[in-house]
Amino acid sequence: MTSGVCLALGDPAGPERKGASPGLPRLLPARSAGGPASLAEHLARHGPAARTDRSRPDLIGEVAAAGLTGRGGASFPTARKLAAVAAGRGEPLVIANGTEGEPASAKDKVLLAREPHLVLDGAALAAAIVGASDAVVVTHRAVSEIVAAAVEERRAARQDRVRLRVAIAAGTFVGGEASAVANWLQHGVAKPTATPPRLAERGVRGAPTLVQNVETLAHLALIGRHGASWFRAVGTPAEPGSMLVTVTGAVRRPGVHEIAIGTRGSEILDLAGGPAEPVRALLLGGYFGSWAPAEAAMAAPFSAAGLAHLAASPGAGLVVALPFGICGLAETARVARYLAAESAGQCGPCVFGLGSIAAELSALAAGRPADVRLLRRWLGQVDGRGGCGHPTGAVRLIRSALAVFSDEVVQHADGWCCGTAGQAVLPVPSAAAMLKAARS
Amino acid sequence: MTRFGTRLRVDFIACGGRGLCAEVLPELIELDDWGFPIVRADAVAPELLDQAAEAVRLCPLLALRLETLH
Repeated sequence: MTSGVCLALGDPAGPERKGASPGLPRLLPARSAGGPASLAEHLARHGPAARTDRSRPDLIGEVAAAGLTGRGGASFPTARKLAAVAAGRGEPLVIANGTEGEPASAKDKVLLAREPHLVLDGAALAAAIVGASDAVVVTHRAVSEIVAAAVEERRAARQDRVRLRVAIAAGTFVGGEASAVANWLQHGVAKPTATPPRLAERGVRGAPTLVQNVETLAHLALIGRHGASWFRAVGTPAEPGSMLVTVTGAVRRPGVHEIAIGTRGSEILDLAGGPAEPVRALLLGGYFGSWAPAEAAMAAPFSAAGLAHLAASPGAGLVVALPFGICGLAETARVARYLAAESAGQCGPCVFGLGSIAAELSALAAGRPADVRLLRRWLGQVDGRGGCGHPTGAVRLIRSALAVFSDEVVQHADGWCCGTAGQAVLPVPSAAAMLKAARS
Repeated sequence: MTRFGTRLRVDFIACGGRGLCAEVLPELIELDDWGFPIVRADAVAPELLDQAAEAVRLCPLLALRLETLH
């Protein structure tokens, strides 16, 4: 199920490369050879894995001092999660989440395909920190063989004390949500579960369960080696470190790049070769993210603080450039239908609300009679409700579209659209692919 | 919004939109356009606590609960 997924890599890093930050890349270094970095190559580049004979509070303190936050979209402080799981009852389990069900995002797949050992180092370190003897890497199908081979390589080299295992992720959007990943591993059902209990208290088979995005674990592996101050040498004081971004849409070379948090939007587009044509707006963060007008988004630092005035955030690092000539409302309506269809089907406000919202937005986007006031009423009713963040994330995206494309909303109500039918920048899997994923 | 006290919470995975809670406790619960409860997020006033407990008891799907805020 790789339809629409862009696995292209960014250009090899060079000091003269436009938009590159000093000290980067950390996670995705330029390599002469293709394919994944071998264990030997990985250890030669980064040095031996972090020592884990420090005390647990000491290790967690280092992560807290680094200021590492989750790179899966929610930006939750990693040290707090580690501490909660470490304090839980019973032997914990570590899950490295490489589901990356976001159709337009490729950064976790690229990271796993190129630097699987960095992620596995991080999973092993996280396990040592919380006191787990098992860690499971849940990976997108596209890269599962690479990860499995890397795990085998480590087993043969007796690299880890922790037992590493690979599981293929559910190929659905909501299947990447932390409790859905735990549910998938335990029951084969990729649907979120009710909170409480929190995963850190009772997750897979009742064990305190740490679910961390694979990129977060790669950063953790490097913090373990080089320490908090090294990590904080890039990024902003409030949001330190680097992050991977997937840059796509109307750019010359779509791909995955590593940026210092706080890098300006225009520099991020430069990393991808710059705009291929005049850009109307950027989608920032992911399909739970926000549209922002191009000019403002390109001037803004890509950080939570830098994007707050645009009601946007870095999220899972997706940046999509929407050119003039493609209708932002039509793009959003298509994604809204996809997100409605990807509802786990468990909660009324999500099942009925997102469906109604997607239908009304689709009517508006198509220039058919639509009630925008009703649409806004429904967005208000669905926001913040449901067992997981799915409906709230969808509402966020759609609200931002109504705000950023407000002129188009008026034009569409009069039956006129600025965009060209048939073109698209935001990929959604075909219905056939979704059905296949749901049945696998 | 009061940060302390007791708050109503819906488990939307369990909720089937039967709507009894909104009948018993219209002061704090209204229904959305599809019949699912919208519960006020702030603390339940002391004079409504008995009614809230009744709404929790009456939910046929055990989807409504009172939780204590710390």
